[in-house]
Amino acid sequence: MEYLIRFAQVHESFRQPEIQALADLAGIDLEFIYYDKYSPFCVIRVPDEAAARTLIARSILAKDIFELWGYGTNLEEVHADVRRRTTEARWADFRTDSFRFTVDSFAGKRSNDKKREIIQSFSFLGFQGPIRLKNPDQDFWVLEDYGWDVAAADAATATGAAAVTPEGRSSSSTPILRPVPEGQEPKRIWFGRWLANSSRDVINKYDLKKRRYISTTSMDAELTLITANMAHAAPGRLFYDPFVGTGSFLVAMGHFGALNFGSDIDGRSFRGKEMIERGGTMGVLANFQQYAIAGRFLDVFSSDLTNTPLRAQPFLDGIVCDPPYGVREGLRVLGRREGLRNEEVIIDGVPAHLRPGYIAPKKPYGFEAMQNDILDFAARTLVIGGRMCMWMPTANDEDLELDTPMHPNLEVLSVSVQPFYNWSRRLITYRRLPEGQVWDVSKGRSRLDSEGVYADELNSFRKKYFTKNPQYDNKEPRSGSATPAS
Amino acid sequence: MKLLTANFLTCAVKGCKAAASSYPLHFKDAELELQEIDFQPEFIHNIIPRIDWEGLRVMANELGFPKIPDLKPEGDALNDEQTMRDLHRVLLETHVMEGRLCCGNCGHEYMIKEGIANFLLPSHLV
Repeated sequence: MEYLIRFAQVHESFRQPEIQALADLAGIDLEFIYYDKYSPFCVIRVPDEAAARTLIARSILAKDIFELWGYGTNLEEVHADVRRRTTEARWADFRTDSFRFTVDSFAGKRSNDKKREIIQSFSFLGFQGPIRLKNPDQDFWVLEDYGWDVAAADAATATGAAAVTPEGRSSSSTPILRPVPEGQEPKRIWFGRWLANSSRDVINKYDLKKRRYISTTSMDAELTLITANMAHAAPGRLFYDPFVGTGSFLVAMGHFGALNFGSDIDGRSFRGKEMIERGGTMGVLANFQQYAIAGRFLDVFSSDLTNTPLRAQPFLDGIVCDPPYGVREGLRVLGRREGLRNEEVIIDGVPAHLRPGYIAPKKPYGFEAMQNDILDFAARTLVIGGRMCMWMPTANDEDLELDTPMHPNLEVLSVSVQPFYNWSRRLITYRRLPEGQVWDVSKGRSRLDSEGVYADELNSFRKKYFTKNPQYDNKEPRSGSATPAS
Repeated sequence: MKLLTANFLTCAVKGCKAAASSYPLHFKDAELELQEIDFQPEFIHNIIPRIDWEGLRVMANELGFPKIPDLKPEGDALNDEQTMRDLHRVLLETHVMEGRLCCGNCGHEYMIKEGIANFLLPSHLV
């Protein structure tokens, strides 16, 4: 059977991977029949209605799903397709049910008179039941897509005009998208019977503005919930975030029933001010309590992924992380910079690290070295089929495919991109392969960080980011020969 | 820190990983607290096969717990509710709030304060 998904027109490159991940999670055989990144409407094939409902139930980027009754580029075609796809016997199933018809136009408009006319044109279905606008037994939708004016947009981009995405964000890589002018006809029309809503309203529940404990690096609710779907967070499963921070990923996984633990090199990040200054509840735990999912929080501890205390054995169902980029948060691991003394420090006859308030020294670390450490860790600790979702930033001029970090034990399932003004971040989803299967890493990144001491030398992303955004870099040049910044 | 978490931990010092005596870590001066959380049999069922049973027995014994079964529950024993509840209590509801975790190989001690362990190493051990 074919079904129509109505997506939100946001995070386009995450939409198909999210639905695919949910199909894999539920063991549903899924085929995409029609998908267009500029359209909210997508046609899929799944075995039955139950599968369609299961598929959509957890989705964050879909809004709802419909049983597809007809498709066409004009109403006559739609009517003909309805007669082809469904039978009069099928219509009779709904003959006496209460019902409602709605016309939804994407990137276009219809007058109320015209809408009524469209609805009346479906009178051949012969529904006799009462019309009910609230909670009808059957809910039918005419979904029209007028289509963004993509061709005109591409032309405008080519001439160098400033580009604005539908969200109003300026972007160098996205063409201008404008709704078509009024009075035009839609490019595509679907007709369907509404089945079920998605979990999109959950975004509001986990809104960061209403969360007890957050910081500048907390990831927004929508993206954490999408990440949890891609990572297959589900009841009974164990998940870990090695850069836990304020625990925004853990909360999202907890929402879907998984049990979670995390760690961070900076213990202040998960403790929070309440705990440090007033002896109150630990920040991450307070968030779990706020959403009444405290039973899905296990532990947090201070540790460095590069010197992890976790055993090298498969025990995790999933890993989710947004490692530091070295822009907002410094990219550091335990140790001292080369050349600094490295023997045990004794103060008043007591080793310094045993005295209260000891802070372990940290050194800058390579961006790519860190990613490789994460991949190695995932390969060691994920169970077969376990997933890792890792966010990573990239400057917009880098080649997408060539730069994806890879590991022979980890299959790359999807790469989704969230573009910003002059950088992007990507969500890469990996799956731990069974022993004996090997992922071809020849397309992956082989480049390693050059030997370096300072953050810019170690981190090509940070360097590019600040080179392209000189206004953010107010620091004096490090080299003594350079002239002071004006 | 829950005993479940402790079961997956070893010494953070790289040189200790290969040494058999680095696992399990040994609790010292541990102050325990019981914090009840929802019983989630699905989770216990999923996680038991991944638990290092001997490690759990050693830790529970050192903490003065009633005896943990000699053998890891498998097959039908995993469907026995009382067994599941007992393990839920040991693994998920028992917290070590204060104390130290000690490596049997290098002797390094990791502090636990207010239920949070610190595995950050001083630079001479990195």
